[in-house]
Amino acid sequence: MASLNDPMILRQIIMDHYDNPRHHQLIEDDSKYLSIRKDSDSCIDDITMQVNINNDIIEDIRFDGVACTIATSSTSILTDLVIGKTIDEAQEIIDNYKNMIFEKDYDEDLLEEAIAFQNVHRQANRIKCATIGWDALQQLIDKYREAK
Amino acid sequence: MFDVYETRKKYPILNGIKMEGHNLVYMDSGATALKPQCVIDKVVEYYSEYSTNTHRGDYPLAHRADEEYEKVRKIVKEFINCNDENEIVYTYGTTHSINVLAHGIKHMLKKGDVVLISEFEHASNVLPWFRLKDEIGIEIEYVKLDEKHHLTPELFKESMHDGVKLVCLAHISNVLGQCLDIKEIAKITHDYNAIIAVDGAQSVPHIKVDVKDLDIDFLSFSAHKFGGPTGIGVLYGKYDLLNKLEAYNLGGGMNTRIECNTCYFIKEAPFKFEAGTPAIEATIGMGKAIQFIMDIGMDNIHEHIKKIRKHAIDRLQNELPEVIIYNPENEGAPLAFNVKGYEGARCQDIGSALATYGIAVRTGEHCAKLLPNLIGTKGSVRASLYLYNTIEDMDCLVDALKDIVAKEKENKGDALSWLL
Ligand SMILES: Cc1ncc(COP(=O)(O)O)c(C=O)c1O
Repeated sequence: MASLNDPMILRQIIMDHYDNPRHHQLIEDDSKYLSIRKDSDSCIDDITMQVNINNDIIEDIRFDGVACTIATSSTSILTDLVIGKTIDEAQEIIDNYKNMIFEKDYDEDLLEEAIAFQNVHRQANRIKCATIGWDALQQLIDKYREAK
Repeated sequence: MFDVYETRKKYPILNGIKMEGHNLVYMDSGATALKPQCVIDKVVEYYSEYSTNTHRGDYPLAHRADEEYEKVRKIVKEFINCNDENEIVYTYGTTHSINVLAHGIKHMLKKGDVVLISEFEHASNVLPWFRLKDEIGIEIEYVKLDEKHHLTPELFKESMHDGVKLVCLAHISNVLGQCLDIKEIAKITHDYNAIIAVDGAQSVPHIKVDVKDLDIDFLSFSAHKFGGPTGIGVLYGKYDLLNKLEAYNLGGGMNTRIECNTCYFIKEAPFKFEAGTPAIEATIGMGKAIQFIMDIGMDNIHEHIKKIRKHAIDRLQNELPEVIIYNPENEGAPLAFNVKGYEGARCQDIGSALATYGIAVRTGEHCAKLLPNLIGTKGSVRASLYLYNTIEDMDCLVDALKDIVAKEKENKGDALSWLL
């Protein structure tokens, strides 16, 4: 993990997830999925996320859409982090990520590559890019919990 | 003679405010312009010397508020050269003006009537018309444009037909900056007995807009785009047409008599559109802002911006092949561009990177959400200029872009370096 202090490595992580976003295709038969579309009036970001939660486990998560470097890569990293986890584990990751974004204490081990976004607060107008996918998953988890 | 360096001294924000440790290079005036001290003082004067309501009180202080407030109608009249100050409706800004117009004109349109707009319109000159389609079944059509996305009077003529009842166009587009030949377009519109409503949000701050000379029926604009306060703008209309519009907001100040049997009587234009307590201080501030730019001279403003804009374009074209400029030939103030490899959604990274040099630009779709169909990119960087920008500002932009591109080439962190 020490290498994550190197800006060049962080940049590579972000660009890799931007150029080759993971879980980046929506499924057509989404009958088992909860889905949400998040778009923004003020910027270009417009993503749709689908998640299949079974027995509290995130069995699959997918996203697609048009989004900037930060929105795409932060969402891609999120999908890698939460797939296969329980919703409680995912919630802990989301909470820690939000803490990091808003400059509170957080556990960096839980966040892995997502710490690439630790400095987003330097340009606060980009916080919404770094959180759009994370907010989408939060809303889907809330939806799942409500339906239970 | 206009001296930009002297003029800059009158803007407090340009004298001491830093961004990211640099002097502010403000290139987002298309979104809103900075405010000169005299406008700020005028607003504060209202609050500290006569902050009463208008049209209400029987005491001298209230009279002063009335006078200052109504005086602005005369200033606007002179500014846009209309026939009568009663052709000036105060609104909250361009968006509100267009909505007042769309609601007010609804009863004059019927199913199948065509409202002709363009694909470069701002959302506020699109959505009110889309809603009329939903409400009463009018049709929306788009004017034809040439391969450079320009609208010539010839193409406009080709787009016109007897079904068109209303033409709604931005005089200057907020992204591409083309200045339409509105005089000719208005003439053609009237040949077809149609009405022309001009969105002047970007033109009124930059060029002399003479509604009589151009013969336009309606004009909308916002004060904040030429250095006035936010929350105040104007809907101009030729009086007879204006008075035919139905008022949307009903309430105090716009009625003459109300009876228990639910009969009510309303005032004539412009007052019938001005229900409720208005943005008094903003209105008074708008008057000051108009006087300020008229004193400088609209032609001086336009010439100055043309000059510095050309300087930046010449340098970009000669020194930075990596930059794509979407509107080099237009004279309007916005400069829309992308750095190759950063088109579309990545243009935001260029915006964030420029911010680290103290340069304020806007990125994205600029509320012109139909435009990507035209220019083939969903997002662009927009550097929009105003009378206080200098040649040095333009150099600062070009040099920063060169720096960013060079770092990108060396793979040294490029446009994301602020984040790392
Ligand atoms: C061409 C154009 N029309 C309308 C508007 C809306 O103006 P306002 O936000 O002041 O209502 C703008 C502002 O960005 C504009 O540039």
